[in-house]
Amino acid sequence: MSAPDSNDPLHPTRSFQGLILTLQRFWAAEGCVILQPYDMEVGAGTSHPGTTLRSLGPKPWKAAYVQPSRRPKDGRYGENPNRLQHYYQFQVILKPNPPDLQELYLRSLAAIGIDMRLHDIRFVEDDWENPTLGAWGLGWECWCDGMEVSQFTYFQQVAGIECAPVSGELTYGLERLACYLQNVESIMDLNFNGREGAEKVTYRDVFLQAEQEYSRYNFEHANTEALFRRFREAEEECRALLASGADDANKRHLMVQPAYDQCLKAGHAFNLLDARGVISVTERQSYILRVRELAKACGAAWLLTDAGGAA
Amino acid sequence: MPDLLLELRSEEIPARMQRKAAEDLKKLVTDALVEQGLAYEGARAYVTPRRLTLQVVGLPARQPDVEEERKGPRVGAPDAAIQGFLKSAGLNSIEEADIVADPKKGEFYVARIRREGRKTPAVLADIVPAVVRGFPWPKSMRWGAASAEPGSLRWVRPLQSILCTFGPETETPDVVPFEIDGIVASDETRGHRFLSQGPILVRSFEKYVEALEKSHVVLDLDERKRRIEADANTIAFAQGYEIVPDEGLLEEVGGLVEWPVVLIGSFDAAYLQVPPEVIRATIRANQKCFVLTKRSTGKLANKFILISNIEARDGGAAIVAGNERVVRARLSDARFFWETDQKPLPEFAGSSLKPLDQRLERLKALNIVFHEKLGTQAARIERIVSLARRIAPLAGADADIAARAATLAKADLVTEMVGEFPELQGLMGRYYALAQGEDASVAAAIEEHYKPQGPSDSVPSSAVSVALALADKLDTLAGFWAIDEKPTGSKDPFALRRAALGVIRLILENGLRVRLGELIGAALDALPVSSDKTAVSADLLSFIADRLTVYLRDKGARHDLIAAVFALDGQDDLTAAVRRVEALGTFLETDDGANLLAGYRRAVNILRIEEKKDGRTFSGGVDASLVLARGEEQEKVLVEALRVANESVREAIAREDFEAAMRALAALRPAVDAFFDAVTVNADDADLRANRLRTLDALRLATLTVADFGVIGG
Repeated sequence: MSAPDSNDPLHPTRSFQGLILTLQRFWAAEGCVILQPYDMEVGAGTSHPGTTLRSLGPKPWKAAYVQPSRRPKDGRYGENPNRLQHYYQFQVILKPNPPDLQELYLRSLAAIGIDMRLHDIRFVEDDWENPTLGAWGLGWECWCDGMEVSQFTYFQQVAGIECAPVSGELTYGLERLACYLQNVESIMDLNFNGREGAEKVTYRDVFLQAEQEYSRYNFEHANTEALFRRFREAEEECRALLASGADDANKRHLMVQPAYDQCLKAGHAFNLLDARGVISVTERQSYILRVRELAKACGAAWLLTDAGGAA
Repeated sequence: MPDLLLELRSEEIPARMQRKAAEDLKKLVTDALVEQGLAYEGARAYVTPRRLTLQVVGLPARQPDVEEERKGPRVGAPDAAIQGFLKSAGLNSIEEADIVADPKKGEFYVARIRREGRKTPAVLADIVPAVVRGFPWPKSMRWGAASAEPGSLRWVRPLQSILCTFGPETETPDVVPFEIDGIVASDETRGHRFLSQGPILVRSFEKYVEALEKSHVVLDLDERKRRIEADANTIAFAQGYEIVPDEGLLEEVGGLVEWPVVLIGSFDAAYLQVPPEVIRATIRANQKCFVLTKRSTGKLANKFILISNIEARDGGAAIVAGNERVVRARLSDARFFWETDQKPLPEFAGSSLKPLDQRLERLKALNIVFHEKLGTQAARIERIVSLARRIAPLAGADADIAARAATLAKADLVTEMVGEFPELQGLMGRYYALAQGEDASVAAAIEEHYKPQGPSDSVPSSAVSVALALADKLDTLAGFWAIDEKPTGSKDPFALRRAALGVIRLILENGLRVRLGELIGAALDALPVSSDKTAVSADLLSFIADRLTVYLRDKGARHDLIAAVFALDGQDDLTAAVRRVEALGTFLETDDGANLLAGYRRAVNILRIEEKKDGRTFSGGVDASLVLARGEEQEKVLVEALRVANESVREAIAREDFEAAMRALAALRPAVDAFFDAVTVNADDADLRANRLRTLDALRLATLTVADFGVIGG
């Protein structure tokens, strides 16, 4: 694969989209399928069924994709240079993890223009856990000159199920990485399209208004009554779909992914309620537990499908 | 004698696990060697982020041979038995066995089997894989294709290679032949991840260390720490700064790099308006960098020391720039928290409540649970407020001010800053309280009410802080006692021992006069749980007395004297009790004290014997008229002396003059001595005898007003 030259607007150090395209090309060259973002609100790339569900069962799987991530609580009305309620993650999942995954990861950094003889790359302990997905793994935060640019995780358990084999998951925080590569202080200052002058489009042009509007919505106006109701409805529907999709006679399941969508909906409703500050600490635990139960049930059903490796 | 060199090279090991892992490796391998009869001269383990290394020197080349005796059948046993014996003992014919004569059993066969010791590498090839497979990592993982099957190798992070050689220092060593889950032991390793390329062939430990150094790996954690400290001090000093020492951070950073390179960076001085503790917490927790103070002023500087893992081509300029960018972003976050926390909350827009009071309201509204059986944090705050109000006058504080401090004490728990840096609880409360114009003593109490955090932490001394700190701890203690969550053995999840010691130190070091029993009673009354208050209070008091005993003993007080005072009822005024212990110690060091103690013991001995003989006690007091009518002179003197002493002691105790009480007791001494010299206690006249025994009992009772002399040792 040949990197575009540094005058190219699509060079990873010149544009946000150039960074995305470079990572996609890099991982495509390593045999990954390049998926597109999942069309639902999720808090992290891990929630994409291309990771959560596909990391379960014995079948090999390699995929990479961008996932818009919504973290209602992290909204700062667009005023904080580093915190957004909506941002992009670049997600790579390799099952089983290849023995040289660290080397591959470092090569991907080199591909986006990070010179390992100039920059201090570090693997700092991070025990990753996603309580709503019932998932955990061991790995690191990857630091470049003191900045966390990626999460590197060897999945041990997903949806409460032991991973066999283990997947390696890489999550690149695209905005932060791009700030670094473009040498700008604020995410809003990122050059999105790599053009200059009148043709230049910044991250601000694309997302500032959205950050302001959604911060208002997340913190002040989201209808909590409706959200509580939606949480319950999604929970009920998830369970209903898991029940009606179960083909017990053949030990198969026929409707895991629609059920999983409802699990994601419940999770997002919970995140919004949490941002609105209407969930107390004790209740919080019980909501997390309820979503986790849904995720676990979906994971167990997944193992009864073709892609989940059912015989 | 040959040496063993073992290196387990893996992906990055968490810094906090490294030191323990090196110790574990050494212990597990050397224990196994000794168990296999392989004594060694010395062993040392080393650790970097990417390798665990063990060197064992002076091992024998092979295990010693062992001789084993196996008893066989008696001589002349059936052939089948003989054949079975030959087979099991590995003998070719019965001629190879010895014949032993036993006086009871007669003659029987014995096979002497000489088992040759195995060569050490063969033993190591068993030991090392077993150690690796059973290694006690606090958390371990599976990885790769092998993890599809159950039982695959677990390690802290994927294990990449194993170097394991054995041989004399002067010769090329042999590779110990083994393989674990596809990883074959070799005599190769690798250097620094970025500053070295290709495999390194290892010949001896010295060469190994040398080669690693050349490949930019400092094998020894302590050496890395030493270099970091030295370089950091040099750089800071040269620019007029001093490092704020931080051993925990140094240990961690030493575990994050194989080749430490110290660099200095700076941030915008405008951030220094944020409290220094916040800047330090931010830079330390997120960036693992050291903060500096200006040598001239001692104040925090807008500089930080970072430790990178590479020698960069540009001398580290890009690395410093990158770290500065992150520090800037983090400080910008911290400043955002700092400013946000001092502004109204959205749900209180237009409210007249001050910022910290709004946080308190939010805390209440959130119904944050303190403990499922002890209710919400809000309810707990209310209890602490009323306790602090009650304690305030006893500590010399204004009740309203103490109540205000108690009201705000936990409000910072819902601030953004404490959410981000929990270790700043209390401190942020102080800052925010000052910012909204609270009384300085209120602000100080908010910070100090968590203190003292342990035996070496400082104890608050300002009246409001003392009242609040006591209220906080007493509510905690009473609460967990009431729900029977007391510390057991090494388990003390709610740090109740520390809380009890805190209560003790707050009272003693401030000379506070409080009846703990009453305060505990009040704390129990306020709880949302019902309990047998008398029993719970007594149990908690005795727990506190135990902690006090430990505390005083550590300070050199005599254990038996503490016990002698605490044997009396109602010793819940710790300050008075401790003064009494001191007075008792001084008294017993005088001749009068020592003799009175001897007299006391003599009296009690006689009493015990006679009471046993008669099967009754001699309580009830002396019949004075009988003494006057028929008693001897010395008896009269003692009875009168006891009357006088009792009166003086009672008076002295009432005004808490324990020295005077002891002096009054001491005045008894000549009368007691004279009584024992001249008076026969066991008189023939039964009435006189009983009355004299009652006199001894009165003497015992007189001493009991100051302490239980019966538990004094020596």
